[in-house]
Amino acid sequence: MYQYNHSDQTLVNERVAQFRRQTESYLKGELTEDQFRALRLRNGLYIQTHAPMLRVAVPYGVLNSTQCRMIAHIARHYDKGYCHFTTRQNIQFNWPKLEQVPDILAELASVQMHAIQTSGNCMRNTTTDPLAGVAQDELEDPRPYCEIIRQWTTLHPEFDYLPRKFKIAVSGSQHDRAATQFHDIGVHLVRNEHHEIGFKILVGGGLGRTPIIGQVIRPFLEKQHLLSYLEAILRIYNLLGRRDNKYKARIKILVKETGLEKFTALVDQEWQCIKNTLLLDEARLNEISTHFTLPAYCHHDAAYDFSALGTQTPAFTTWLKHNTVAHKVTGYRAVVLSLKAPNTPPGDLTDQQLDAIADLAEQYSFGEIRSTHRQNLVFADVKEADLFSLWEALQAQHLATPNIGTATDIICCPGLDFCSLANAGSIGITKEINDALDDMDYLHDLGDIKINISGCMNGCAHQSVGHIGILGVDKKGVEWYQLTLGGSSDNDAAIGERLGPAVSKQDVTQAIITILEVYASQRAEEESFLTMVNRVGIEPFRERVYATA
Amino acid sequence: MQLLKNKEIIENTWQYLAIDQAITNGDILISAQRWQQEKTSLTTHTGQLGIRLLASDQLADIVDALPHVAVIDLYITDFTDGRSFSQAWLLRHRYQFKGEIRASGDYLSDQVCYLARVGVNAFQPNNGCNVKKEINYLNDFSVHYQ
Ligand code: SF4
Repeated sequence: MYQYNHSDQTLVNERVAQFRRQTESYLKGELTEDQFRALRLRNGLYIQTHAPMLRVAVPYGVLNSTQCRMIAHIARHYDKGYCHFTTRQNIQFNWPKLEQVPDILAELASVQMHAIQTSGNCMRNTTTDPLAGVAQDELEDPRPYCEIIRQWTTLHPEFDYLPRKFKIAVSGSQHDRAATQFHDIGVHLVRNEHHEIGFKILVGGGLGRTPIIGQVIRPFLEKQHLLSYLEAILRIYNLLGRRDNKYKARIKILVKETGLEKFTALVDQEWQCIKNTLLLDEARLNEISTHFTLPAYCHHDAAYDFSALGTQTPAFTTWLKHNTVAHKVTGYRAVVLSLKAPNTPPGDLTDQQLDAIADLAEQYSFGEIRSTHRQNLVFADVKEADLFSLWEALQAQHLATPNIGTATDIICCPGLDFCSLANAGSIGITKEINDALDDMDYLHDLGDIKINISGCMNGCAHQSVGHIGILGVDKKGVEWYQLTLGGSSDNDAAIGERLGPAVSKQDVTQAIITILEVYASQRAEEESFLTMVNRVGIEPFRERVYATA
Repeated sequence: MQLLKNKEIIENTWQYLAIDQAITNGDILISAQRWQQEKTSLTTHTGQLGIRLLASDQLADIVDALPHVAVIDLYITDFTDGRSFSQAWLLRHRYQFKGEIRASGDYLSDQVCYLARVGVNAFQPNNGCNVKKEINYLNDFSVHYQ
């Protein structure tokens, strides 16, 4: 993974010093609330319902064991012993003290971490495929480009006060596991007719209040021009994006109101003026790529034979099937650590689990950990021969619930429990659904179902692209839930369709159960939930849900 | 009122004339709109000329003024409105403006290092006493990626 050089470290250290001064100025009354808000947000610090919330960047979701231990240390010493993984592959602490945040940032800097631009109206953490570098369907490893973008976006002097937040995702695979169609800019590695690899650029996608699928602004961009093209888009957005209404300030609205054709022309016109700047030459690309060379894999002639283990321990076989993924190197698999154990809020980990994960990553996966946008973790490079002992160790840590990709692998935002913007709780609903779906065999029979729950319209848990989306709404101070069906953030990107009127809190879990029953009873053979919804529409679901509600 | 220019504190000799104030001799700043209306007479002004540019102004409207002016004053009414940063960049890099680009108004002292990097070389804080502080803040970062 990327290792800081002297300048990278200096920059992060200087940022800590700057934020320490800003915090002191604020506490002395030299900065107003509004002034400090803009500054602290750019260092990941929110003021939430109970306490400040600090969001730490995990650049494109890659973390090493040392960093993981530091997260454990911070959870233990500055927080209440746990942290939360977000859909942007970042980490949140819910209970830090404002005056201690500069110290936390200094501790993070000591292990090459920071909280720069994890909130505020600026360019945020770039995200990517958690299987980058190991996926079988990968055209090229996206991480070097993520790192190039990370550096370019970090403390960019011109684009730190944008109309609204700005998110970039990069995918290097056929199967888009980074939801690039729902980002302000989506970058896809593609091959053109001359067999050269470059980028397809999408623009104007996004979730939140107005979910929109991104559109292709440039079908093929030569690698060397990546940064100048991004700069052109950002400059047009910075100058023309709406600043009069924060709900219309994202680039998706600018693209929609301007029209893709005109917007593309504006970007192209700008790009022509700067096209020959910021060029990424071979040397630069090679130098960055050396940070992402493949680990020293052992050679295996054939895949490991699990048959003996399987008959003895069916639970292991189940886990193997659901929580591990094929690897491009024979004899290895990627393992998904489920952060969705029943009884724990999705994405939460304790300090003790974090320490254990750091050790296990060192022992089994070259000391590297990835976070996923579905709020789980990945060990990308595990020897198949080690899987059984890893499984045992993960079980002891409650990280081996075999529910990846199932209806209890729920994406869930902090909701009313922590977030001051929330209309309704989301963690409680997740727990209810978990309790109701405690039969693993039924869950596995239902197959691939993505349920996403957000506590308000901001949609941090991407409910509009959940196969089943649950959105908390407020009706006269009471928590209600709006359901949608058929959303997807995969290649077949789609925004879920509203099922009907919102349901009350006591009915929402039953409504989900009913939806799943309708699927189980009416599906065609081998038909996934999403395929069935696309085939039959929402009517059969609507009928049953509102008949019983 | 003092001004921080090229990292030195100097006296500010400039005066902003609102659209209804008569043009006087000396170093004056006028709005982009006034430039549009009175450009013929303004080019023969005795003294230096500068234009005050708001984030909402169009650079295209003042490009023809650039050969005649010594100062472009980016007057910031809301420090979160980042358009001024792109305006500064364009003035320096697209239009090759060699004169003074000044930030004034409600920008934050904590923004001076960014402003300097997009081409601003003079600062006139609302609160005059911030000038000294801002010399130090210009050095917040010794390294950068862009
Ligand atoms: S979706 Fe709403 S409630 Fe949930 S974390 Fe985001 S802002 Fe808070």
